[in-house]
Amino acid sequence: MLKIFNTDLHIHTCLSPCGDLDMTPKRIINTAKSKKLDIIGICDHNSAENVLISKKIGKTFEITVIGGIEITTSEEVHLLALFDNDDDLLKLQELVYENLPGVNDENAFGLQLVVNEDDEIVRHNQRLLIGATKLTIEKCVEAIHSLNGIAIASHIDREGFGIIGQLGFIPEGLELDAVEISPNITKDKLTVKEFPVITGSDAHFLADIGKTWTQFSLKKPMVKEIKKALLKTTLKI
Amino acid sequence: MKLKEIVEKLNLEVKSAPEMLDKEVTGGYVSDLLSDVMANAREGNIWVTLQIHQNIVAVASLKEIRGIILVNNRQPDEDTLQKAIHEKIPILVSKLSTFELVGKLYQLPITS
Repeated sequence: MLKIFNTDLHIHTCLSPCGDLDMTPKRIINTAKSKKLDIIGICDHNSAENVLISKKIGKTFEITVIGGIEITTSEEVHLLALFDNDDDLLKLQELVYENLPGVNDENAFGLQLVVNEDDEIVRHNQRLLIGATKLTIEKCVEAIHSLNGIAIASHIDREGFGIIGQLGFIPEGLELDAVEISPNITKDKLTVKEFPVITGSDAHFLADIGKTWTQFSLKKPMVKEIKKALLKTTLKI
Repeated sequence: MKLKEIVEKLNLEVKSAPEMLDKEVTGGYVSDLLSDVMANAREGNIWVTLQIHQNIVAVASLKEIRGIILVNNRQPDEDTLQKAIHEKIPILVSKLSTFELVGKLYQLPITS
């Protein structure tokens, strides 16, 4: 039996240097509830350190939180990686960290806060999360798939960090599970036809959560099921 | 050479931080990959790029870059502009392509 799930897979927390300080997991989940979202994806830049706490809070509020990372590839393309299993997600985070040089400058780029369920700061992440990893996009997609995740090219309509803006086109043979468009455009304006298209808010501020969302028809709110739905590509956005 | 003189000689449109144009420019860097700019640009450089998103301001501020020249008459995003005003980073717009602009820039007495 398939159910419809309103899904915004692309939300940043206060761990992302460009994320607003109000973007604590608790506030994000409250806002997502008020926007009638059923599934949200937490995808911070090059890190997943606020995911587990978000999942825990999500359970309390009966909203599904999917754990992810928005990787910056060596070509400076943003790529969403989403997982069902926390161990798989943390393995990917490890790979990203091994390949992410630099230290954050809080004044230049912003604070990177790991928080607990009461919105208290646990620590400041010191890595240069705004930076680019040394992993090529092909390598990232391969790693995501080897860890049972899905790989979605972020906001491909946007010049900054979108795959088409950075590379000119989507490389042949790149096995993306989907492409994402930002709230700025509608699907009919898109020239890319080879991939399923989803949309997500890329929210860095509470007000942007659920600005756009994708309706998935799923058996269960899981990445595994989203992957099946993407293969059918009958998505309403 | 002062940034102000570069603006005049290359006919650049000043988008932000006009109060910073008295600063001395001691070299230049040209790249559209932010990680490359972070690794290789030097303090006192002028930076030529076509990227218009707000991270360019953060990188310029971190590397103490004197100003950012956007080529091909590309206009900064609104949030980029606001951040540049706040961070006092001059964003300058040229109608020329990167090739032509850097050709002219390289003939100016900017010592690296």
